[in-house]
Amino acid sequence: MSLPALSPGDFAPLSRGEVARGPSRPSLSYWRDAWLRLRRNRQALASLAVIALLLLATLLGPLAWRVDPGQTAMARTSERPRGWAALTVLAPLAPYQEVVVEPPPAAPAGAPLRAPEGLRLLGPATVEAVRLRWEPVPGAKGYLVYRSTSRPGGDYLGLPLGEVEGGNLVSFEDAFNLEPATWWYSVVAKDGAEGPPATLRVAVPAGIPLVEARTLDPAARPGDAVARPWRPLGTDALGRDILARLLSGGRISLFIGFTAPLLSILIGVLIGGVAGYFGGRLDQWLMRITDFVMALPFLLFMILFRVALGVGPGESGVGPMLVAMILLSWTGAARLTRGQVLQLREAEFVQAARLLGARPRYLLLRHLLPNTLGVILVSLTFAIPSAIFTEAFLSFIGMGVVPPTASWGSMCNDGIKTFLVYPHEFIAPAAIISVTVLAFNLLGDGLRDALDPRLRSVE
Amino acid sequence: MRSRILTAALAASLLASAGCTGGEGARADAGAKVLRLAMTEEPPQLDSTRATDSVSIFVLGHVMEGLTRYGPEGDIVPGVAERWELGERRAVFHLRADARWEDGRPVTARDFVFAWRTAVDPKTASEYAFILYPVKNAEAVNGGRLPPSALGVRAPDDRTLEVELERPTGYFLGLTAFATYLPVREDFYRARPGRYAADAGDLLSNGPFRLTRWVHAASLTLERNPRYWDAAAVQLDRIEVPYFTSDPATRYNLFKDGKIDLTGLDKDLLGRAQADRFRMRSFTAGSIFYAEYNHRPDRPTSNLHLRKALRLVFDPVEYVSKVIGIPGTRPLYALIPSWVPGVERPFRKEHPVPPVRPDLDAARRELELARRELGGRIPPLVWLTQDDPFTAREAEYFQYLLSSRLGLALKIDKQTFKQRLAKMSAGDFDVVASGWGPDYADAMTFADLFASWNENNHGKWHDDRYDALIREAQATAEPRVRIEAMAEAERILLDAAALLPKSEAGSIYLVSPRLSGVVRHVVGPDPDYTRARLLD
Amino acid sequence: MLAYTLKRLLAGLVTVFFIATATFAAMHAVPGDPLMSGKARSAEIRRNLRVRYGLDKPVLVQYGVFLGNMAKGDFGISFTQQNRSVNDIIREHFKVSAVLGLVALAFATAGGILLGAVTARFRGRLADRSILFLVVLGISVPSFVFAALGQQVVLALNRWAGTTVLPVAGWGTVRHLLLPALALGLGTLAFLTRLMRSSLLEVVHQDWVRTARAKGLPPWRIFWSHQLRNAILPVVTLLGPALAAITTGGFVVESVFAIPGLGRYFVQAVQQLDYTVIMGLTVFYGAFLAFMVIVVDILYGFVDPRIRVAKEAA
Repeated sequence: MSLPALSPGDFAPLSRGEVARGPSRPSLSYWRDAWLRLRRNRQALASLAVIALLLLATLLGPLAWRVDPGQTAMARTSERPRGWAALTVLAPLAPYQEVVVEPPPAAPAGAPLRAPEGLRLLGPATVEAVRLRWEPVPGAKGYLVYRSTSRPGGDYLGLPLGEVEGGNLVSFEDAFNLEPATWWYSVVAKDGAEGPPATLRVAVPAGIPLVEARTLDPAARPGDAVARPWRPLGTDALGRDILARLLSGGRISLFIGFTAPLLSILIGVLIGGVAGYFGGRLDQWLMRITDFVMALPFLLFMILFRVALGVGPGESGVGPMLVAMILLSWTGAARLTRGQVLQLREAEFVQAARLLGARPRYLLLRHLLPNTLGVILVSLTFAIPSAIFTEAFLSFIGMGVVPPTASWGSMCNDGIKTFLVYPHEFIAPAAIISVTVLAFNLLGDGLRDALDPRLRSVE
Repeated sequence: MRSRILTAALAASLLASAGCTGGEGARADAGAKVLRLAMTEEPPQLDSTRATDSVSIFVLGHVMEGLTRYGPEGDIVPGVAERWELGERRAVFHLRADARWEDGRPVTARDFVFAWRTAVDPKTASEYAFILYPVKNAEAVNGGRLPPSALGVRAPDDRTLEVELERPTGYFLGLTAFATYLPVREDFYRARPGRYAADAGDLLSNGPFRLTRWVHAASLTLERNPRYWDAAAVQLDRIEVPYFTSDPATRYNLFKDGKIDLTGLDKDLLGRAQADRFRMRSFTAGSIFYAEYNHRPDRPTSNLHLRKALRLVFDPVEYVSKVIGIPGTRPLYALIPSWVPGVERPFRKEHPVPPVRPDLDAARRELELARRELGGRIPPLVWLTQDDPFTAREAEYFQYLLSSRLGLALKIDKQTFKQRLAKMSAGDFDVVASGWGPDYADAMTFADLFASWNENNHGKWHDDRYDALIREAQATAEPRVRIEAMAEAERILLDAAALLPKSEAGSIYLVSPRLSGVVRHVVGPDPDYTRARLLD
Repeated sequence: MLAYTLKRLLAGLVTVFFIATATFAAMHAVPGDPLMSGKARSAEIRRNLRVRYGLDKPVLVQYGVFLGNMAKGDFGISFTQQNRSVNDIIREHFKVSAVLGLVALAFATAGGILLGAVTARFRGRLADRSILFLVVLGISVPSFVFAALGQQVVLALNRWAGTTVLPVAGWGTVRHLLLPALALGLGTLAFLTRLMRSSLLEVVHQDWVRTARAKGLPPWRIFWSHQLRNAILPVVTLLGPALAAITTGGFVVESVFAIPGLGRYFVQAVQQLDYTVIMGLTVFYGAFLAFMVIVVDILYGFVDPRIRVAKEAA
């Protein structure tokens, strides 16, 4: 480093009013510097973009993807994501007539039951109904009908669909949750014990019942091809479009997931900061209040809040829920901040500032809180998923959003139960929650780095 | 370093004190027939005079025996009583000589007198006291107007029990198998004030099994009772319940891992059971599910046409196969379910009701009539429901059904269990999802649900003819008169669309291949393992 | 120090009293009859029940009775488990929860500190990023999904091995502890990892660390006695409440693994409005929490000698 040439004149005092020669670089305020450094952090920027995208999608998405998130479709429940397909409109079903025959001959005493013979279809197999017919079995008092998604074998016959109560009743109509697929039907005779099964393989072709087709195209006639609306992410247990529910549910989840943590942590930081800085009796009081709030039974007080704030049946309780969540969940942040401030207030730079006559407000806001920011940001990013799931839980017990409004948390909770059978119902909401949380974490990291006063000189 | 050792020692001692002793212990007696089960919760109340829930009644059904038992076909078979004479207002039970308590002393008629008096004593505050009301003076004793000794039951000698009835009760014999009617021995009960049946040592058995070990919320062991009079018919040496969990998926996993021998499946597990290729069985569970309307005059649901419109738009078949999604569940079109006996054949076969098919045009016509009568517009209906996943899903199904088909708004009012009950009692709803499980195998357990004096008539439906018919059925033991009266009462109910019948519960369950002889009961302790067998 | 501790204990008692009072008031303000079970019953049966459980008396009298019994350490008989005293419930099930909670917390703390150190050391590198990814997964997927998935893995393992390698559910042996403790501790582990990373990053640039490095201390010594010691305070702060929360809040994990812990009672009691259990558990939890907070505050002084909680308060 070369030194500039100095002359004695450089050391002459300035006269009053004369302006000192400015520094070679423009002065950077703390916040401006932080922003500059954040902008240089690509990960943080990408996270910011993801968050903006999520917000945009939930705000504008429902306008672009115009499917009613509350629309149930019982003909296509728990449907996996599929491409478009035109479906043939089915002819209306003829009324089902139970087939009754002459009572079968009594079996010789002690003879085991035979398997039913001549198991066959009665009419075409469609997604509306599969009708079976078989020949009576001597000695049977009734028949059990099973249906399986795979070829039965050994002990396994499949789902017990139902029972025909009478040896002379030899038909069965299955309308239970049929899907276009290959099914194996088994019929066994029974008379207390069960006989061996007769099995029939039935391929049910895709099709759309006339009644449902008419809701899509009023002019639809049997034999026409009709396209069902596309469900890019599949449907849930009531046949509702998961994409539409994700888009509309994001509003509530992002709102709660952002507002509740932000406000409750703000309160926590202020209370914890004040308690930690002033210490003594004030600290004792504030911390006992913190203990008090922390120990209150959450569920009980949530119910109480609902009653106290007069949330009527079927009314959205988002406001009261937010208030309650904030009032009951600031305690962790308060304890953390207090701990940090207790440690920091004895630090050299704080003592130096105090010696120089800094007031508590300045000390707290300028020295203590920025130095606890890392911890605070971690709490904040962790409070987001917890708020999203608390909202789901509260909505589940009837406090919070009201049906048919969806939220990510409640979609997740609904999907978990069938996770192993219909993974798409769980993965979509869980993935979007994870992306949100990841984005906030990375943004939090970036913010932490940007706002860290010590890192300022390093760069 | 020292602190770390201390922590390890602390953890070890905590482990030991919490029962983590290592090893599975119970394997010593090889060859013993041991049935293993998981239950949803531990029995909340094994004092038979106060038990109300199905878990407690299940355990009591295995460790105790009343005058009669529930037979394999849902019939009533002799228990402690070997024979009886039933009259209009009097019943006499003759107890078998070899009925024994687990300590070897005989079960006497006085044990029944004591138990029944205790159950109706107001100090006991038994919730099921009402099930004894057919016995003379029971209601007056329970209300504190007469002393317990005034109850119409006597023990002229050790082996004879005489019961006087308040009024002719056609189904009285069926009641004698019910938990509240089980015997309790006075000296044993009095020796542990407030602690009877609180722990394994505090319950005196007279049934096929006895309660030998009970670690609260952790495990329960029932062992074969060698003193039981029919001990030869009991094949299992022990029933162990090492798991209590309300999570059906966990019970399924335990079954799959070979740790338990029977488990029920909910809708969400049917797919897994098919993939794992387990033999599934189904049975009729006996309960009914329906929606109750609020008939108080200030409620829109007090309007007949509105209720009819709702019934015409609802399709029980779709509801059962898509919303409930458990095969074996049946659509319900009336109040009395299909399994209930009538005079000779099932009640529903003697008095069939045609299925209601959804008819949108008719529904809209009814709605129009309703709208006119209600002054032009129908306010949003409040659907009261509970915070469990199924009822929540069901409420959303109805919400979309009514809004898309009839343009009716439905406000879903979800509440926790007790809050929902409070709102039901206060009449703070328009429609509420209800269910009813039978207490005894007679149509009356359902038929009087809508009597004006019944506390379970939350919507306060009132019809004098219906009330009169129920009174008529309750005043006689003549089967034909009773069944006819109840069928007529049910018709009145359906004509007025006083309720919305939805479904009759069915259930799917898995049984391990080595277990046989399990009896499923619609009424009474279920499942019944008292005569079950295990292969080696 | 002793005077300070005594004073804090006294203040803790006062806090517990306020917690009890607020909960008692809230419980009675919430609509619903704890004795109503939906069974058919007459007004007479209901009256008998109210007399038996003392609910026929005015609320203030009930409060007085409650306070009197609480002073004696007696919380009465549960309304739903009608033959068990609340004291028995707490005594028997807290042991189970405490074991599970301690193991879960030990796992979470050890793992959190370790992973936090790794992520701070390799900040911005692959290790940091992949651990962050796991952490995010750990907090945005509820614990019972891991519980359920864990059970599936165990099922497959047992099937493959042809014997019970690990139990699917239940309680009784050390092997029963493994999976539930993992599921229960995961959320806390994730939190502590991030917390540790963040506070480690704050101390790496401090002067004393630079000094230590300049002195030529080996890196592990710097980490152990300079960085960790200074960065661990937030973890200590959270440990008290986390232990209280983890030992009482394991409702879902207990249910999935059929563990006879205390957690289920916290949820059931409120849903069933089981007055005596609500009060007993709340007071117990409040006292436990207050005690843990005192322990943590005293620990502060040991962890960081600059903190003078005691002196200020005395």
